[in-house]
Amino acid sequence: MAIADPVRQGLARGWRVIDASTLAHDVEQECDVAIVGTGAGGGTAAEILAEAGLSVVLIEEGPLRSSSDFHMREREAYPELYQESAARKTGDKAINILQGRCVGGGTTVNWTSAFRTPAATLARWRSHHGVRGFDEASLAPWFARMEARLGVAPWTVAPNANNAALARAADALRVSHAPISRNVRGCWNLGYCGLGCPTNAKQSMLVTTIPAALDRGATLFTRLRALRFVAARDRIATLECAALAANGVDVAPWTVRVRARAFVAAAGAINTPALLLRSALPDPHALVGKRTFLHPTVVSAATMPERIDPFAGAPQSVYSDQWLDVAPDGPVGYKLEAPPVHPILAAITLLDFGAAHAARMAELPRWHVLIALLRDGFAGASQGGVVRLRDDGAPLLDYPLDDYLWDGVRRAMTSMAELQFAAGAREVVPVHARGFGYRSFAAARDAIARFDLAPRRTPVVSAHVMGGAPFGSDSATSVVGEDGRHHEIANLYVMDGSLFPTSIGANPQLSIFAIVARLADGLARALRRAV
Amino acid sequence: MPSHDPSRRRFLAVGGLSAALLAAGGALAWRRLTGRPSMLSSGADASRIVRALVPSLLAGALPDVAASPTEAAAARDEVVHDALAAMDGLPPHARRELAQLFALLGFAPSRLVLAGFAADWDAVPRADIDTMLAAWRDSRLELKRAAYDALHALVIGAWYGNARAWPRIGYPGPPVVG
Repeated sequence: MAIADPVRQGLARGWRVIDASTLAHDVEQECDVAIVGTGAGGGTAAEILAEAGLSVVLIEEGPLRSSSDFHMREREAYPELYQESAARKTGDKAINILQGRCVGGGTTVNWTSAFRTPAATLARWRSHHGVRGFDEASLAPWFARMEARLGVAPWTVAPNANNAALARAADALRVSHAPISRNVRGCWNLGYCGLGCPTNAKQSMLVTTIPAALDRGATLFTRLRALRFVAARDRIATLECAALAANGVDVAPWTVRVRARAFVAAAGAINTPALLLRSALPDPHALVGKRTFLHPTVVSAATMPERIDPFAGAPQSVYSDQWLDVAPDGPVGYKLEAPPVHPILAAITLLDFGAAHAARMAELPRWHVLIALLRDGFAGASQGGVVRLRDDGAPLLDYPLDDYLWDGVRRAMTSMAELQFAAGAREVVPVHARGFGYRSFAAARDAIARFDLAPRRTPVVSAHVMGGAPFGSDSATSVVGEDGRHHEIANLYVMDGSLFPTSIGANPQLSIFAIVARLADGLARALRRAV
Repeated sequence: MPSHDPSRRRFLAVGGLSAALLAAGGALAWRRLTGRPSMLSSGADASRIVRALVPSLLAGALPDVAASPTEAAAARDEVVHDALAAMDGLPPHARRELAQLFALLGFAPSRLVLAGFAADWDAVPRADIDTMLAAWRDSRLELKRAAYDALHALVIGAWYGNARAWPRIGYPGPPVVG
């Protein structure tokens, strides 16, 4: 039986969706609220604002793709659904960044891990970043609301072998671990969340909030790039957008101008700061794009005696915060998870070539892979990266990998190797340089201690971009207020991961859902009062 | 603001070095180094260079030429095709950088500086390409490591995205749904 595709059904019943790459003329559009971006932030805001009876226009740079298009093939999914074909990189090319670029944004391609914002993170925002009113108790109803909306629940199915190995090893070493909650309903346990869910089990923005907003009459533009806000005194008058060409990467000659009562920037924590920079809005303390965080992530691969099939089954169903729950001012903490492993990403992450590379790839079914996500932005030494603009206005993130982070990388590689040997690994390959394997924990530990860790010698990846337009009460240290409203521009709001003054220390989607739900609810009330 | 862009600056620095070395190269070099990225990325240089790199980068992974020559030739053709298609899907700034890299590698004097051989790609022995790749992979120069990463990802990504690659690595391919 064919799987019902709620997006194609919605299009058939008359959703207002305009693929800007098919335009042959300029367009003028008016609405109550224009939202740039359709990911965790924009999608959440769209539903709440549309349900409040406001007219909403959504602007998405990527295409509209849905379950009928999701064939679980990396070579289709990366160019179609990810920023820069999943090869977006920091300025020195040392960190590869996975970010969504499609309707639903990151939620269409993420691995469904859902964590409430850790209490330690909220405490840090309160004590060090002037964020008031975002404690666990006041956020609890917003988490509960979005968890109910998106089916967030602990994964009670047996973990796949890759995650089971993490749980088994953690038990053996008395390391803390727990199941990860996931935003799924009726999940088939296939393991292809990162390539677009083919069964619509993942409760991404693509199949939940965005359809709800479109059913309420919202308008969605796809393949449309938000270029700049045009301000008149302390208000945005117009948002100027460029239609993309049919290839989805070059620009077509057509402009879309959107006039709205309020504008929401929700393009993700690289593109939102870049949009603010291109708009040359007041930024008296030069904060926009600064303190951009990535959860820099390193990888450890192990060869197990048995088949693991790390490409099959729900990814990331077990985690360990054994090394995350550390003093925030001390050495960097890290979270451990067990990711999905598919051929292209696996092959390009192993930096060797030829026969050695081929031999390693031939072991793929027996790979057990762990990743460590470093919690950046807590200690004073961790200032994150800076978003700036290329000559052509495209964003560029410079993110220095410094000794503070390399120290964390070394400790994380050691922890992962120890766990993998405890899980029964025959060989562990801490992913660095040519990727030599080690046959005992002692050998791996000694080698890791001597690794010449360096940009592009040690592959570092990120799937979580945060910060760059932080919220807070003090306009000297934040770009927007606790209601998401820009300190200098009365009708401009930021509602995405850019808001975060530090990294989250956990997969960020649920933090974005809950915090944006609260901010969008506030904006809806303010706009209705003003009618 | 190219001076604020370290990655681009490095490419341009090598471009400048090559241009200086090769002033005698004249119009051809200049046109290659400044040409439109779309022309360059689909150009003959990129195709020939990628084709020359395939047997080294994917040794042991591609079908064996002696055992199954037809399959091996088809696989190589597909890797080249898919790698070039992947380039065309990149944003303009990334296409521009790759075009600069291929322009440098396509021009004999700058190829000598970067790759260590001046012979044209169709004529270079595989052993020389292996040596060049290993040197780039382990280089102290960030430019060479960046070039290695770019070519490695293009070629190796193209192969492992291809269903022909999967039986050898025990990957069953995506499950059937619906």
